Amino acid sequence: MPAFACIFVPDFPVEALLRVEPELRSQAVVVLEGKAPLEKVLTANEKARRAGVEVGMTKLQVEACSELALRARSPLQETAAHAALLDCAQAFSPRVEDAGCDTIILDLAGMESLFGPLPKIARDVSQRASDLGLETNVAVAANPDTALIAARGFSGVTVIADGKEAEQLGSLPVEVLFFDADLDRVRILETLSRWGIRNLRALATLPEIALSERLGQEGVRLQQLARGVTFRTLVPVEPPLVFEEAVELEHPLVLLEPLAFLLARMLEQLCGRLSARALATQEIRLQLELENGSHTKTFHRTLRLPVPLLDEKIFLKLLQLDLKAHPPGAPIIKIQLSAEPARPRAAQNGLFLPPSPEPEKLELTLARIAGIVGENKVGAVQMMDTHRPQTFQMQRFMPENSQPQTSTAKAESFPHSAAHLQSKDGAVTALRIIRPSLFAIVNIRDGVPARITCPKRKHIDGEILWSAGPWRSSGDWWEHEGWARDEWDIAVQQESGIALYRLVRDLLSGRWFLEGSYD
Amino acid sequence: MSSSPLFCVEMALGRPPDFPQKPGPVLVLERLSQMSRLAAVTPASRLEIRPAPEMVPIGIQELNSLTGGLPRGCLTEICGPTSSGRTSVLLAALAVATRRQEVCVLVDASDAFDPGSADAAGVDFERLLWVRCGGAEFGPRTSAVSRQPSAFRSQSSHFGLDPQPPRSEVRDPMSALEQALRVTDLLLQSGGFGMVAIDLGDVPFRVARRIPLTSWFRFQRAVEHTPTVLLAITPAPCAQSCAALSLKLWSSAVDRQSSGKLSAIGSQTPVSSHTHLFEGLKVEGEILRSRLERKPQQSVRAGFRTKTVRAG
Repeated sequence: MPAFACIFVPDFPVEALLRVEPELRSQAVVVLEGKAPLEKVLTANEKARRAGVEVGMTKLQVEACSELALRARSPLQETAAHAALLDCAQAFSPRVEDAGCDTIILDLAGMESLFGPLPKIARDVSQRASDLGLETNVAVAANPDTALIAARGFSGVTVIADGKEAEQLGSLPVEVLFFDADLDRVRILETLSRWGIRNLRALATLPEIALSERLGQEGVRLQQLARGVTFRTLVPVEPPLVFEEAVELEHPLVLLEPLAFLLARMLEQLCGRLSARALATQEIRLQLELENGSHTKTFHRTLRLPVPLLDEKIFLKLLQLDLKAHPPGAPIIKIQLSAEPARPRAAQNGLFLPPSPEPEKLELTLARIAGIVGENKVGAVQMMDTHRPQTFQMQRFMPENSQPQTSTAKAESFPHSAAHLQSKDGAVTALRIIRPSLFAIVNIRDGVPARITCPKRKHIDGEILWSAGPWRSSGDWWEHEGWARDEWDIAVQQESGIALYRLVRDLLSGRWFLEGSYD
Repeated sequence: MSSSPLFCVEMALGRPPDFPQKPGPVLVLERLSQMSRLAAVTPASRLEIRPAPEMVPIGIQELNSLTGGLPRGCLTEICGPTSSGRTSVLLAALAVATRRQEVCVLVDASDAFDPGSADAAGVDFERLLWVRCGGAEFGPRTSAVSRQPSAFRSQSSHFGLDPQPPRSEVRDPMSALEQALRVTDLLLQSGGFGMVAIDLGDVPFRVARRIPLTSWFRFQRAVEHTPTVLLAITPAPCAQSCAALSLKLWSSAVDRQSSGKLSAIGSQTPVSSHTHLFEGLKVEGEILRSRLERKPQQSVRAGFRTKTVRAG
């Protein structure tokens, strides 16, 4: 049995704004369109209509009413709301028709075995849309047009039983059929009004041939719609996987704290949409439009995650930490947030696997640590394939993606690394590096360092008790950054005892440096 | 009957004893359970005994024999002066832990970690998070990369030997220590690490001893009942009673002989007429404090040798 559901958002421009400002839901909201000072009312919610606001009123007229929230129309937010509506529909059916910015029709054939009976599906669709910040009307019927008319006519969730379309739609006013401002249709509506046809029941009972003679084929089609006997094929669309939310601000934001509130709402919407499509994200892009005198400039930040995540609280905290480290530097007038969709992480930990931190927590911890010590000072070491001492690279720490690497494989991939030299028995003598290397004044006696003075470390000053070396090495002499050095290992008396240091003579400059201590 | 525990209890309560109908411990337990004053008393046999922590190997056979390994869920402190072998022990422990595929962290308070030594010791870098403290706070604008000389800016992510020490380099051990403590707090709260090592080896003792005992206590409580090994490298004992195991190391071969000359510190046979190379340290260790039940096998001291690996 065919079944279709229609999701309709009444007062769509208002709902699009309320997604970002849900605290306005209890107030009378009016959306204005046009250039100042000729702004006119585009739409208003039920409370505003009750207060006397009508479509087409000027801003001056509306301002006479008290306690009205006036907002300018936001095409960006309407686009995001429409995309959210499509995501909501895609969560229930792969066959979705985009019947307008505020209307989506779903093919529910065969979905009962997955989601339960049709009334339950309709309720779930409504709930899902509500979770995405949209208050909708949902109607289920045996054909798409009947579902559409019912969704436009009845508020809340409606289920039209098969064969009882005319009966259930009968009470709706005929205006529900004229949702587009087509001139022919307006003419037909005027004619019906003159005939005294007020509702669909009256239209459905008119003689078909006489109606055809007077109103033509359009009149017959309207009657079939009123009877709920039309049938057409759904025109499914494949919505692109674009997850983007945007907010245009009436007043520029200068503090990060109010920005965090807005980001929290936008992230909640983004995560809801991703969740509706059973997706997660591995990259979040934040684009801020900044007020820069008479011009605007754009500020970009990208948050790359090691694994696909779907937790708005984690994202918010990461964005907050990132913005704290990289403040925008000017008042914000527009916020755009987008997420790159990715398949959710599917991992099952074994009982006997060693402990490892949760990726979500670890990412947050790393961001916090980077805020304390600096971005380039936290991560994993990557050895470079070179003989130059102390050459390595800091890279992003991603233990999830790492595979255990045998020392043989490691030695094969980095033949210059010391991994293949490691001793099987006993510990390796560790060197503690002094960063940056300390300039030292060294006296030579019989070709061997005899005395050392470090101007920056007063305690390293005195006779060299013992020395070993030199260990001469050089490299990159075929390039501009060539190096050549002699390494000496020396013992120096200190307060705590005798300490062993590595002393390096840069053969190119002839200067001595204390590179580190053996420990 | 006078030897029965029931008799003793009832005498203590000031009531005349009733002679038991059925002898044996069953009756004793029944009678004990009927006494309200004793109902709340937990028998000594049922007292909860804190289970001994799981021990993981350090990676050095002699120290394993001495201590039984490093206890999980406890703070272990390894202290000693410069060139006492602390870092060698740390690298050996990290190598063993990363080989077990555990995720480890090194909180490096003085940015003294040498990746070359760690590589030679067999540390798996993909499982080691290195936190380099001691840089400027909120580093992106004043990070080490931006402070590098212009010749190194072209390869900004590389950290090479800098023959020209930057003039503006100022390290405040206190701020580095504060960073290290804050980072350790964050890491321990995050959880899930196999080993968290705090390297305070180059922090002057006058600074290290100013770490509040509450910080050590907090760290110890954070790892309690978790599989994390918390290892601290310090110049002298700092954690006091918070450390479940405190180990002191020193290099026995680095000592003056009576003649006034140093004894050979494991120097190799001369390669040429004038060259001999440093071969390794001879390290000795002693248990300063141990709250673990396991007694040392023979002595509270052990010695081992390290081997210097040269690359390049």
